[in-house]
Amino acid sequence: MSEPLAPQHGPQPEEIAKEPPGTPASRLAGWQRAGGIITPLITVLVAFLIGGIVIAATGHNPFQAYWDIINGAGFNWLAHPWDTDIAHTAPYNFSQTLLQTTTLILCGLAVAFAFRCGLFNIGGNGQYLVGLICANWVGVSFVNMSRPAHILLGIAVAAAAGAAWAGIAGFLKATVGAHEVITTIMLNWIAYYLGSYVFQQGGPLQAPGNVSLDIPISADVVPGAQLPVFWGIPALQGLHIGFFIAIGMLVVFRVVLNRTTLGFEVRAVGFNPDAAAYGGIRVRTNYLRAMAISGAFAGLAGGIDMLGYLHHYGTIDVQATTIGFLGIAVALLGRNTAVGVGLASLLFGGLVYGTTHGLQSGTIDPSLAGHLTEIIQGLVVLFVGADVLILAVWNSRRKLRRSEASPQARAAEAVET
Amino acid sequence: MSTYVGSVKGGASRFLEPKAIGILGILLGLLALWLAIPPIQASSPVWSAVAGVLGAMCGVIAVSRGAYRVGGGAIASGIFGASLGYLATRSSSSNLDQVVDASLIAQTLVFATPLTYAAIGGIVSERSGVVNIGLEGMMLMGAFWGIWGADKTGSWFWGIAIGAASGGLLALVHAFFAIHLRADQIVGGVAVNFLALGITGYFFVQLYHGDNIPTGVAQVPNLHLTSASSTSFFGNSFGNLNYMIWLAILLVPLSYVVLFKTPVGLRLRACGEHPRAADTVGINVYLVRYGAVVISGVLAALGGAYLTVGYLNTFNENVTAGRGFIALAAVIFGNWRPFGAFGATLLFGFSTALAYRLNVYSDNAATLFLALPYVLTLIAVAGVIGRTIPPAAVGRPYKKQ
Repeated sequence: MSEPLAPQHGPQPEEIAKEPPGTPASRLAGWQRAGGIITPLITVLVAFLIGGIVIAATGHNPFQAYWDIINGAGFNWLAHPWDTDIAHTAPYNFSQTLLQTTTLILCGLAVAFAFRCGLFNIGGNGQYLVGLICANWVGVSFVNMSRPAHILLGIAVAAAAGAAWAGIAGFLKATVGAHEVITTIMLNWIAYYLGSYVFQQGGPLQAPGNVSLDIPISADVVPGAQLPVFWGIPALQGLHIGFFIAIGMLVVFRVVLNRTTLGFEVRAVGFNPDAAAYGGIRVRTNYLRAMAISGAFAGLAGGIDMLGYLHHYGTIDVQATTIGFLGIAVALLGRNTAVGVGLASLLFGGLVYGTTHGLQSGTIDPSLAGHLTEIIQGLVVLFVGADVLILAVWNSRRKLRRSEASPQARAAEAVET
Repeated sequence: MSTYVGSVKGGASRFLEPKAIGILGILLGLLALWLAIPPIQASSPVWSAVAGVLGAMCGVIAVSRGAYRVGGGAIASGIFGASLGYLATRSSSSNLDQVVDASLIAQTLVFATPLTYAAIGGIVSERSGVVNIGLEGMMLMGAFWGIWGADKTGSWFWGIAIGAASGGLLALVHAFFAIHLRADQIVGGVAVNFLALGITGYFFVQLYHGDNIPTGVAQVPNLHLTSASSTSFFGNSFGNLNYMIWLAILLVPLSYVVLFKTPVGLRLRACGEHPRAADTVGINVYLVRYGAVVISGVLAALGGAYLTVGYLNTFNENVTAGRGFIALAAVIFGNWRPFGAFGATLLFGFSTALAYRLNVYSDNAATLFLALPYVLTLIAVAGVIGRTIPPAAVGRPYKKQ
């Protein structure tokens, strides 16, 4: 049926016919690999450059501001990593950056996994919220469970909720062909109002003793369901073992995609659904499956955030949540690979923490710098989405050298995104 | 995709066709809501529940006989009708009078207006073949720079003009990446949204130090058709509306005529349906798409500017709060047609206006009610209400040969 948006089927037949046959695959692969590292690097540099221009244009010192942000993110800790005492600023900031990185890895994987199947999951934020809500519910209820079982249940329910939420979009894509971008956007907003509802006054997850307060907030997850903290102390948002879950998920992502039948099918559908169908792969099943797995990552992010350090949530928090959207920038910058997502998460995790709570100097106001993150995020997505820009520059140089149109560059364009 | 597997030829009567049963179910669902609100206003929720359940049952029958779309619609409408009817009857009738009255029409228009501007903008852009997920961001630009302009120049007109220009500028960025660099248009649109959020937030803090803009800002005046103190039905509904609301209402037929009855519109739609063919007959596809995207940005920004300069008279970070996405939903809901989209924005505006009034007796219902536009859109794209047919080449970058 209808495909309201976006090309799902690569180049059009007439364009394929124009491509000269016999593109040297090895050269293409090498070129891709080089472009795969260089494009994100250039992208980040250009984004930070423009961000710096904005800072300078508004009368602040960009070098000082960026230096403050780096310190705010605790990256200066890397210069003396033996000091792990969180009473000191640098190690504490770095542990907080890793806390954000944990969430971003999972939100990034959520977007990346769907991308590999040719789907654009914009709904990471909604899936994150749904996971968070469910984890709060599990964490507040079932008070008498043993700690490992309670934690496992909370995480599993959160992941399942995220999977189900994204699964709606996957199901609609598979059955009636509804475009996943539209459905996930709608599901984001439904999750937003659902979250506002469950935590507001009179909502089902509103803390029982909180009726008199103006700020609607949920009850705390019981200590028996909180993730153990291995760096820092729980009262100061210490780094919890969810960090290792996220790292483990990077490995799972890589192994599933590259070493299993499921991953092969997902990637085949992502490259070309028609060819995959011709090869006997059930495209619709894979759409549903990829969306569900993708949603499970985001739901997991919400779950471990809730059990790991948030412990409670309010209507205002729900409405301010944007970390799921950052997953898009993370996945795009990380080129939808495990290693890339990990590195991009560290960058954005540092940016998120370093421009807000971590920022301590008077050069640039944290409330100002927080928006700088959004600008840089937007620029990164803009430029990564258009790596044609960089490819075009590259291509024109090659053209000059070889004085003929390079087929591999055009083929590369088709393979990109 | 064919979904009507049910018998078309073999049935005994046309009225037993699954599709007809499904439509009956949808009507019953609407009846369930109708029974509970004035003027009928049944005192007990039983009647609504009966009508709603019957509607849902019709839906189940229709689905079981193969009419998935209509049947699904009937199930949804039955459930909605019954639950809303229940909520309405549970409240006291004095509350209900506060919820449903003539000024509800005015409020519906107030909430629908920003959506209408943005939705018409979305139609223009998508009809030319460029997806515009960035409507939200362009609205936000219009909202902030509009009120900034009104504040600095002291004139609402220049404020709106500056706001519209800022939206056009952001749209130009989107157009450059989508058309010239042939980047993925959805990714570009997402980027534009982040960018607008960052830019408006940054400059809001920078220029106003995070405080609300002083409320003395020049505001778009209202058009008084009746005296301001008139309490007649007409006076409460249409008598005292903002100029920009009337402009939005005028924009709908205007955009329809331009898009569907003029050569310019034909060219624009040709670029969205088959750009190569358009190119072959001498239409400059790039130029048309650039123009369409920039116009769409200007229109979306007008919607945002109305929000701040025309209605709220202040600005908050992310003041548009997803209205751009509702507008996007309206574009799809209205099947990429101005009147259809206008109908959708009225529906969404109505549900928002109703939600704010439901606060009178139930916070929780009001919050959930705000999600209704999104739920409806989800149902619409699922193909329940009817097939949505986007422009054939939408989202595909065009490469001149």
